[in-house]
Amino acid sequence: MEVNAEARRILAVSISKLYASRSQRGGLRLHRSLLLSLVMRSESDSDEEGCDNEITEDKENLSPARQSRKRRGKASVAPDFLPIKRARLESGEDRYAAPLSSCRAGESLAALSLNRVIPAF
Amino acid sequence: MTYTSEGIQLHSSPESTSKQWLLYRPGGDMQWCFSQVKGAIDDDVAEADIISTVEFNHTGELLATGDKGGRVVIFQQEIENKNHPQFRSEYNVYSTFQSHEPEFDYLKSLEIEEKINKIRWLPQKNAAQFLLSTNDKTIKLWKISERDKRPEGYNLKEEDGRYKDPNTITSLRVPVLIPMDLMVEASPRRVFANAHTYHINSISVNSDNETYLSADDLRINLWHLEITDRSFNIVDIKPANMEELTEVITAAEFHPHQCNTFVYSSSKGTIRLCDMRVSALCDKHSKLFEEPEDPSNRSFFSEIISSISDVKFSHNGRYMMTRDYLSMKIWDLNMENRPVETYQVHEYLRSKLCSLYENDCIFDKFECCWNGNDSVVMTGSYNNFFRIFDRGHRRDVTLEASRENSKPMQVLKPRKVCAGGKRKKDEISVDSLDFNKKILHTAWHPQDNIITVATTNNLYIFQDKVN
Repeated sequence: MEVNAEARRILAVSISKLYASRSQRGGLRLHRSLLLSLVMRSESDSDEEGCDNEITEDKENLSPARQSRKRRGKASVAPDFLPIKRARLESGEDRYAAPLSSCRAGESLAALSLNRVIPAF
Repeated sequence: MTYTSEGIQLHSSPESTSKQWLLYRPGGDMQWCFSQVKGAIDDDVAEADIISTVEFNHTGELLATGDKGGRVVIFQQEIENKNHPQFRSEYNVYSTFQSHEPEFDYLKSLEIEEKINKIRWLPQKNAAQFLLSTNDKTIKLWKISERDKRPEGYNLKEEDGRYKDPNTITSLRVPVLIPMDLMVEASPRRVFANAHTYHINSISVNSDNETYLSADDLRINLWHLEITDRSFNIVDIKPANMEELTEVITAAEFHPHQCNTFVYSSSKGTIRLCDMRVSALCDKHSKLFEEPEDPSNRSFFSEIISSISDVKFSHNGRYMMTRDYLSMKIWDLNMENRPVETYQVHEYLRSKLCSLYENDCIFDKFECCWNGNDSVVMTGSYNNFFRIFDRGHRRDVTLEASRENSKPMQVLKPRKVCAGGKRKKDEISVDSLDFNKKILHTAWHPQDNIITVATTNNLYIFQDKVN
């Protein structure tokens, strides 16, 4: 559980860094953004493994009937302060065309899933 | 090879003029002395003054620095006695000019920083010096020339430049050149623009002295020094779907002697050697240098710390050196599966990666450099420490660039970091290191034991102690 809490904390730090990168001079740096996304992916993978380990332990100790426990998806990895609902775009609008560095009010960087960060370049 | 009466070996460098010699002391023990420091003393550092690149020219007579404000400052070594170069003189300001200005990309609504990312000197062909400087998007070729004479006695013009009344001209005279105070002029001769979508991280002049490469995160372009309106794309690692991007180019360099060969490093810790004779687009490497990761060191930040921040060929062209966050590796170009030497720069930071990630230090890009005969390598660290590794004698030393050790010819005392346990006297604990004081840029004189390291906004010059 401590590992998961640490992973979530680092994930939150990563997201805030990615968000802060939008306002830096020279625009978003592809290299830095890639490294941040890799860290976030490591965190979320680690968090999934942690959940799987918990389930595995449960499997060892519990009856087969309880093995159908639902796995927690990636969306639940995000910290509590992030909006629950993802921003919805108008139909036909290219969601990934807008560069992250553009100033669009209401567009939350945190709403982007991990593998959507880089295509914004 | 000749010997002086003190038993000091003198080597002549193949690239040197007849007057320049390499000076190496038997035993390999080098003691470093403070020589000079350039820059403001104020603790309050203006961002524009932050040094972003340092480079000696091919003879070591000139030392160029670039800063975040887009300026280039060139220092010249005043050699008082050129027949005895061991009596070194100081570096003084030779020329200062504004290389790049901030620009704005209106299409992408992005500001383009004026920060000078890299400077590379061209080999000297005539009286003038040439260098390439680059920011994130544009490379410029600068000519630095001296003027110490001016014409006087024009037939048709007054001394202040006004044209004479033709009716007053009664005789013909030829202007003569008269001495004047030395003036160093820097003029932009070429501007190589609009060829990079991503941020330029490297430039490298080819040994053919006609072409050079520029590298950004995803592409490498080949230019001719005389042609500015076109370049050849020789490496393109941009995937069709950017969601599949897994690595970027972090550094690139031409081989020092083979004009067809270059290497580029990646954020995944790999180095690819490419041969331009194989195909026009060098997406397929000729050699791939990669060391398997130690699974015991795996962490959330493994990808970040394995990213290579700098790659440098040795002067003899047999080896290359790479710098990642915690170490330096020497690779034999004939062996791809592992480096021949690995030097831990600051292994004590491995347990602090989470903190270094939070304060952004983990993203710092350290450079590395070889000495003139490839026997010693150097790189920077934190707390204004820098590390020198003697390859031949398997010795390393940690030194500090500090105003407190800046008395003329003061010998630098080796520093030691206490990684854990009881701290000895004169040791500094890891938790006491100042991570705001970092040495990212270092350079070694190509023919002498003179080194320069850049702290945030100061340039320190050290030389080995001459008995």
